[in-house]
Amino acid sequence: MLSRTAANLYWIGRYMERAEFTTRLIEATLRLSSLSYGADAASATWESALAVVGRGPAPGETASPGATTFNVCRTLALDMENPNSIRSCLSRARDNARSARNALSSEVWQAINRAWLDVGDRTSPGGIQNTLALVETLKANSRGFEGALARMLRHEGFWFMRLGSAIERGDNSARLLDVKYYLLLPKGQKVGGVLDHDQWTAILQTVSARNAYRLFYHDTPKPWLVADLLLFRSELPRSITGSAAEVVDLLAEIGGRTGRQGEADRLARLRHSRLSETNIDEVFRNGLHEFLKDSIDENAQVDTAISQQFRFP
Amino acid sequence: MAARKAFDELWGQGRGETARAGFEQLGDWVKNTPVTELARRQATAEAAFRNLGITFNVYGDEEAGERIIPFDIIPRLFTSAEWDKLSRGLEQRVRALNAFVADVYGPRHILKDKVVPEDVILGNPQFCVPANGAAPPHGIYTHICGIDIVRTGADDFFVLEDNARTPSGVSYMLENREAMLRLCPELFAQLAVQPIDIYPDLLRDMLYSVAPRGSQDPVCVLLTPGHYNSAFYEHSFLADSMGIELVEGRDLEVADDIVYMRTIEGPVRVDVIYRRVDDAFLDPLVFRPDSGLGVPGLMAAYRAGNVTIVNAPGTGIADDKAVYSFMPEIVRYYMGGEALLPNVETFRCREAEALRYTLDHLEQLVVKLVDGSGGYGMLVGPTASKQEIADFRTALTAEPQRYIAQPTLALSTVPTLTDAGIAPRHVDFRPFILSGADRVTIVPGGLTRVALEEGSLVVNSSQGGGTKDSLIIAAPPANGDEEEQHALPYGG
Repeated sequence: MLSRTAANLYWIGRYMERAEFTTRLIEATLRLSSLSYGADAASATWESALAVVGRGPAPGETASPGATTFNVCRTLALDMENPNSIRSCLSRARDNARSARNALSSEVWQAINRAWLDVGDRTSPGGIQNTLALVETLKANSRGFEGALARMLRHEGFWFMRLGSAIERGDNSARLLDVKYYLLLPKGQKVGGVLDHDQWTAILQTVSARNAYRLFYHDTPKPWLVADLLLFRSELPRSITGSAAEVVDLLAEIGGRTGRQGEADRLARLRHSRLSETNIDEVFRNGLHEFLKDSIDENAQVDTAISQQFRFP
Repeated sequence: MAARKAFDELWGQGRGETARAGFEQLGDWVKNTPVTELARRQATAEAAFRNLGITFNVYGDEEAGERIIPFDIIPRLFTSAEWDKLSRGLEQRVRALNAFVADVYGPRHILKDKVVPEDVILGNPQFCVPANGAAPPHGIYTHICGIDIVRTGADDFFVLEDNARTPSGVSYMLENREAMLRLCPELFAQLAVQPIDIYPDLLRDMLYSVAPRGSQDPVCVLLTPGHYNSAFYEHSFLADSMGIELVEGRDLEVADDIVYMRTIEGPVRVDVIYRRVDDAFLDPLVFRPDSGLGVPGLMAAYRAGNVTIVNAPGTGIADDKAVYSFMPEIVRYYMGGEALLPNVETFRCREAEALRYTLDHLEQLVVKLVDGSGGYGMLVGPTASKQEIADFRTALTAEPQRYIAQPTLALSTVPTLTDAGIAPRHVDFRPFILSGADRVTIVPGGLTRVALEEGSLVVNSSQGGGTKDSLIIAAPPANGDEEEQHALPYGG
């Protein structure tokens, strides 16, 4: 496979995953903001959604008064000035897909093209009902893409797209947790109140893990358990350990087919084994924020090593 | 009203009442299918094209972005007799074109014999100096040729243009057929249409056949300028249907006169490049140094005989409209007989008498730049404004050698679905001829382009033309054949 094609596919995986994550973030934040009392609380909710995708106020800046539901939804979903908006992601995924079209099945291409066409002309998310309808469309399109992907031939093209989404998922989950880490206080400390409960629920919803939480912990959402789930439960595809394990496996698949293994494999295995040897108590002792920051950095290092190993242009 | 008098591909001179012999079923289908039903099916096809991303970009029109080429649901038909006649003429013409280009970049017999004036070739901007003296593997230059055919009467086919460099449109031929099969199955149940879906296989066989001698299991790639190119859809479609890599210039590199592509597994040697990049962008060391589309060192690898470039560099000389005017002589010179497919009468403005005639009759003629394409740089006298005619008069007088002129032909029409119902619209036809190491093949079909404006003769997609499916009806089985076929499963 051409190196350029591999790069295109990898980035399709990343952009499609990022678009889906942002969709879920909007959905969860809509729910959270409608549960918040007062305009300030709702605004803070939306500020934190912006912070997750790196569009929040800079350190030291006060919250902008413009963080209304409508404005933030537009920034997150449709704003082409925002390189991480859903529309920007779909547009770049489609550009990559056009360029690597002969490495895609026609179903995958059509799923990406349809996702793009569905947001292509929209300039406004509309009211909450319309935004929710848009979220449903976007989620259906993501499922369409994943379904099409599942039917592809198991060859390099498939592995590279999956690799891109696994790397992206690791990054997204860590960012989501990092913005909310102040809610996830050390084990044993007293927290409470309706707002916190909803915040954890929103986090779980963003990574589609509400049911998974109940299944594993048989408990109402407790902050350290939410953190444990998102960091260490490899059964959850969006957990940091889960995505790290997937990266190791996918690199092994590619290496098995091409005979190329190297720095990316080494770094990915190293990260995974470190995660396996750590537990939630240790994380809280050393600081959750620091742990998440390291995790985002390690993920970026694996990403760079992948680019070099397969000579992405 | 030229449109009224023109020969109609379906009705002949039957004025929309009686179809030509052999076309009765299509005539009944057009008469009996409600226009609203045709419109519904056509809309379905166009929606499918948009979903599939079968689009092209219009040059110089950034705003327009991607467009789909309008598709018309009423097909045009050829009888098997018409097709046989056409394909014999096409094969003869392509063989002559290949012999001519090989001669021009080789011994130049045709110039020495003064059949074609030397300056028409050596002074031509399409003459490719770096290709001179390079013998491509198997001696073939125009491996894929699209020859534009027009028709003015029952037996009057003319060649309008030879597209011998990088003809496009074959993906539309194939996709139009797919759409028709899905939307109008009843038509195919009635007509014995010859299939065309073998085209990508024939194309791949041709590419394999022209690999440099001695290379086992050749690696073929399709070189595209990238996904902003107007024909990118077609490039990816063809690479995909053949199962070969679609590469850009930056995916290739040359070392020791050998071409490699960069893959995740390391460099892989390339034997055949089906390029959809113009000569001028192929190799920045030889052609335009400012272009990043090509591959540095590619021409050296080509001249060393280590890679086949399809179509070969320099083939543009055969596309040139000044050369076109000599095609009857060229066919006679190499094939030893008259051209089975005649040219449209052509005035070479470089010749004083032709120039005088052209200037005197601008209102009746079509004037074209010899190196123009896609409907750019041309004057259609009968529909041009006074100002346009005056501008062309000035341009012609200043540089007559850049122009040719042709009479406006009464192009044939095909019934077409318009906003005002079914109406005749002018068409042309582009079949695709493949020249491999050992044979010439023509898939029974081609691209029919239709001028969607009433009375318009301009069918180019970049000028708002549309396309139609082109059906070639198989010859009825001769007596006895049918029985034999039925007997096979039992007796064989």
